Amino acid sequence: MTARYFIAAFMAYISTPSFADEVQVAVAANFVGPMQKIAALFEQSSGHKIRMSSGATGKFYAQIKNGAPFEVLLAADEQTPSRLEKKGLATEPFTYAIGKLVLWSAKASFIDDKGEVLKTDRFTRLALANPKLAPYGLAASETLKILGVYEKLTPKFVTGENIAQTYQFIGTGNAELGFIAMSQAFESGKLKNGSAWIVPPTFYSPIRQNAVLLSKGKNKPAAKALIQFLQSAPAKAIINASGYTI
Amino acid sequence: MPLTESDLQAIWLTLRLASIVTLILLFIGTPIAWWLARSKKWWKGPVAAVVALPLVLPPSVLGFYLLLAMGPEGPVGQLTQSLGLGLLPFTFWGLVIASVFYSLPFMVQPLQTAFEAIGNRPMEVAATLRASPLDAFFTVAVPLSMPGFMTASILTFAHTVGEFGVVLMIGGNIPGVSRVVSVQIYDYVESMDYLQAHRLSAVMLAFSFVVLLVMYLWRPSSKKGM
Repeated sequence: MTARYFIAAFMAYISTPSFADEVQVAVAANFVGPMQKIAALFEQSSGHKIRMSSGATGKFYAQIKNGAPFEVLLAADEQTPSRLEKKGLATEPFTYAIGKLVLWSAKASFIDDKGEVLKTDRFTRLALANPKLAPYGLAASETLKILGVYEKLTPKFVTGENIAQTYQFIGTGNAELGFIAMSQAFESGKLKNGSAWIVPPTFYSPIRQNAVLLSKGKNKPAAKALIQFLQSAPAKAIINASGYTI
Repeated sequence: MPLTESDLQAIWLTLRLASIVTLILLFIGTPIAWWLARSKKWWKGPVAAVVALPLVLPPSVLGFYLLLAMGPEGPVGQLTQSLGLGLLPFTFWGLVIASVFYSLPFMVQPLQTAFEAIGNRPMEVAATLRASPLDAFFTVAVPLSMPGFMTASILTFAHTVGEFGVVLMIGGNIPGVSRVVSVQIYDYVESMDYLQAHRLSAVMLAFSFVVLLVMYLWRPSSKKGM
């Protein structure tokens, strides 16, 4: 119990008044970009307003458990929504996006289209998200194990607490290459800069990102409308164009 | 209190980091504080402001700029590369340098206050007795401002132990190299291992309290130089 209060004190959330036609959404940091586009479309077509908070899924879990006023959660994983459901804080989760892993470098033509660079000594730092905290980090470690280079490369690991920080490590050139989400490096299907290898999805277990309607949004039409909209064709088009599949 | 082996490693790393940073800052901070306490130059203001910056700046700003500066394109990164030292982020010495920036005001400000409290008189007396400025500094100023040195060192040490944002930004969370206690706790919280987070946090809390308690208990008897 004490541990819980301890966390509660840290994560105290300042609640803001919400209106009938407004929905409070917690969005995993990696999905903020596409969600902004989806939100714009949703607001246009439904007349409801979206109030969005972005952050780490683990943090949202602690906040929601301690009474944060979120009505919809778009998590970065499957576990957190199921955990909330088991605690009676959310309805049944559904997958809104499946993440794709890429090996990315800010340097042009540094990475070949088979990821063979991982077997060379051409780099000193390999960035990945913490496998314990981030699904993309876990997928990265699975990929390295399949390639048989995990043990050899461990001393070169630098781990970000999430993929945004991992991107920063690579983007600033402090790590020559690393694993991030495809949505971070690609825009409308094109690589923004540097070089990348899209890791075959068979190399890692699917990065399912699940969403749930939280108990605070159970009786709110705007929240329910958003949950439906997330599964509609226009939303799926945006999701697919942003480097995810669904 | 069952701490894991990696907890103990993080604690040891944190203590090593804080000790080295405190030692380095004693050497760097003392002349800066002395100059700030006695100089009448117009640029004393700007220097004091720069020294105080880490008090105001969010660690994310500091960490981000350090990451850029120490990166392959940054001025520090180019220097360290040309010296054959490689890049500093994700290394223990990178953390040391970042922490020196981060904890600078905690060394300089108490020392400056202590030096100012001495005033000019003792130094002038020492000079009339033919003590060189350096001699006078070590035989007169340093003993008179011993409480200031103690406060400054304790604050610097404790502040470095509590550092979080900067090490998260430039450390890379490498066990034994840059995974300090605060980062370890953060990992526990994020992975929802609240029990282990609680254990290690309790150690931190007790440590911080004891450090501050020692400082405040010992303070009233030595108002000189504070």
